Amino acid sequence: MLGTLGPLLALIAACLFFASRSERFLTADNLSIVLQQVMVVGVIAIGQTLVILTAGVDLSCGMVMALGGIVMTKLAVDYQLPAALAIAAGIGATTLFGAINGLLVTRLRLPPFIVTLGTLNIAFAVTQLYSNAQTITDVPAGLTTLGNAFQLGGSSVVYGALVMLALYVVAAFALSQTAAGRHVYAVGNNPEGARLSGIATQRVLLGVYMLAGVCYGLAALLSVARTGVGDPNAGQAENLEAITAVVVGGTSLFGGRGFVLSSLVGALIVGVFRNGLTLMGVSSVYQMLVTGVLVILAVATDQFSRRVAQRGES
Amino acid sequence: MLLRVALVFALFMLPSLASAQPVIGLITKTSTNPFFVKMREGAEAAAKSNGARLISGSGKNDGDNVGQVTALENMIAAGAKVILITPNDSKAIVPSISKARAKGILVIALDSPTDPVDASDALFATDNYRAGTLIGRYARAALGTKPARIATIDLFPGHPVGAQRHNGFLKGFGLPAPEAAVNTLGTAAEVVCMADSYGDQTRGQTAMENCLQKNPDINVVYTINEPSAAGAYKALKAKGKEKSVVLVSVDGGCQGVRDVGSGAIAATAQQYPVKMAELGVAAGMAFIKTGKKPSGYTDTGVNLIAAKSVSGVETKDVSTGLQLCFGRK
Repeated sequence: MLGTLGPLLALIAACLFFASRSERFLTADNLSIVLQQVMVVGVIAIGQTLVILTAGVDLSCGMVMALGGIVMTKLAVDYQLPAALAIAAGIGATTLFGAINGLLVTRLRLPPFIVTLGTLNIAFAVTQLYSNAQTITDVPAGLTTLGNAFQLGGSSVVYGALVMLALYVVAAFALSQTAAGRHVYAVGNNPEGARLSGIATQRVLLGVYMLAGVCYGLAALLSVARTGVGDPNAGQAENLEAITAVVVGGTSLFGGRGFVLSSLVGALIVGVFRNGLTLMGVSSVYQMLVTGVLVILAVATDQFSRRVAQRGES
Repeated sequence: MLLRVALVFALFMLPSLASAQPVIGLITKTSTNPFFVKMREGAEAAAKSNGARLISGSGKNDGDNVGQVTALENMIAAGAKVILITPNDSKAIVPSISKARAKGILVIALDSPTDPVDASDALFATDNYRAGTLIGRYARAALGTKPARIATIDLFPGHPVGAQRHNGFLKGFGLPAPEAAVNTLGTAAEVVCMADSYGDQTRGQTAMENCLQKNPDINVVYTINEPSAAGAYKALKAKGKEKSVVLVSVDGGCQGVRDVGSGAIAATAQQYPVKMAELGVAAGMAFIKTGKKPSGYTDTGVNLIAAKSVSGVETKDVSTGLQLCFGRK
């Protein structure tokens, strides 16, 4: 219980602190800005949560996202493909990388950490080679629609932020209310037990990595929409920030325990600190300091509650 | 047995093959930034026309010292007589450079200095403080008599190039500013927000969004480079403020110069990576042929590119900037 409530309390405490330091922090306008700043990391974190729930980790997430962004912008700009097709191809590329991760984990039984460390480098290299290390500009409007804003109660909200929130609702529903979702938890908790109870664990794992790939593709679309360009150096900050968001949110690195909505809280904590410290006029190094402390606190809390639970069983 | 003979023969052959052509090493900060891609292309062309072979390496990302140390060691092993390097970490690279120089290798710093400066034999670089001063002067003139509310979108803490451009900007703007040798960012009452972009477009956008939240009346924006300027412009445009702000930057990449043409950036200080590379290779060839080492600092020049000229500041127009720029034309 501490593991799920803790991050939320930390987020609320951070918001109260920054509100007391800057009168501009707790305005609808500013909170909407924070939301649009975390939308890319937030959507990557959905895929990352799925993988971590199965006791894996996906180190390639940000680099695969960067590849998706380059594929969709290059096809749209250099080859004049219609926006919908270019987007589909970009998401297809990230899903393919997810499938490669999943196949290597399930068929060759390689550890996810090593597999995704490999694909992290491969995705980065492919992105650089395919784009010639050049940023792709003059992206057609069809790819940047989600970066546009609409007015809500006097402040502007970016469509992409709504897409992120909707994806979280869908993911939370699927994980808690469907058989497939509960299978993800079962595979993470006790793969052998899950297999013996008739769950096709290999198919669940493959599905999880492919769905994670789909999330990175959607995140790529949001990133392109937010910045208006295809950036071959995108994803480098998001790569670790997404894992940080999931861990700070309290999802257990040992699998089987955690909630996808907590990852949104984790992403918001990182975003709130970045925004709040700038409003206070404090260097960005302190954001790293705070993030580091929160990561260790979150993992320590998880370990502590696991030990308590184990003692209760024996 | 035959295999062993062949192997020994091959081992003897390798150095003699390699020594047929003098080897010059180039180590850039990263292998992906268009600025360094252009520098490498320039060095390759210069080496080829001088009958030398260029081998290149780089850090994995901006700030990666260990990657540069590895590249340096590999180049010494490959028999390089001259190594040109753009240090990622001005202090941390010094012991490795000292070792190379002790072996009689000529080491020239390009683009940014080592700390201390004389840790390398010579430095061919943009005067970043002067680049900052030029855009500061332009911004002051372009703003006119209005009171300034400045945001600075900086690099990251502790980098000398970030400090020199920032402090030079303040000086050019007519504000109290630290001198060129100071490695910390100067502040002034007119600077209402400072945020780090890591030279990256996405993070530059995030930084500018947060600064506009802190003070919506910002009317001058200094940016460390053009990708971060593009990000800042996106944030300004989202708030409808792009017309009321003077946005200045440094680099002079082709995309940046186009952004000057479109009005997104008011002025940028253009620097010349190919010139750095050509001077470096020429000095290296002179050393290989005559043993004469270059020394001291050579300014590779900087020009202010702007679409609108202002009084009292010398500028070059966009078409001149496009002829001289690096990156995708």
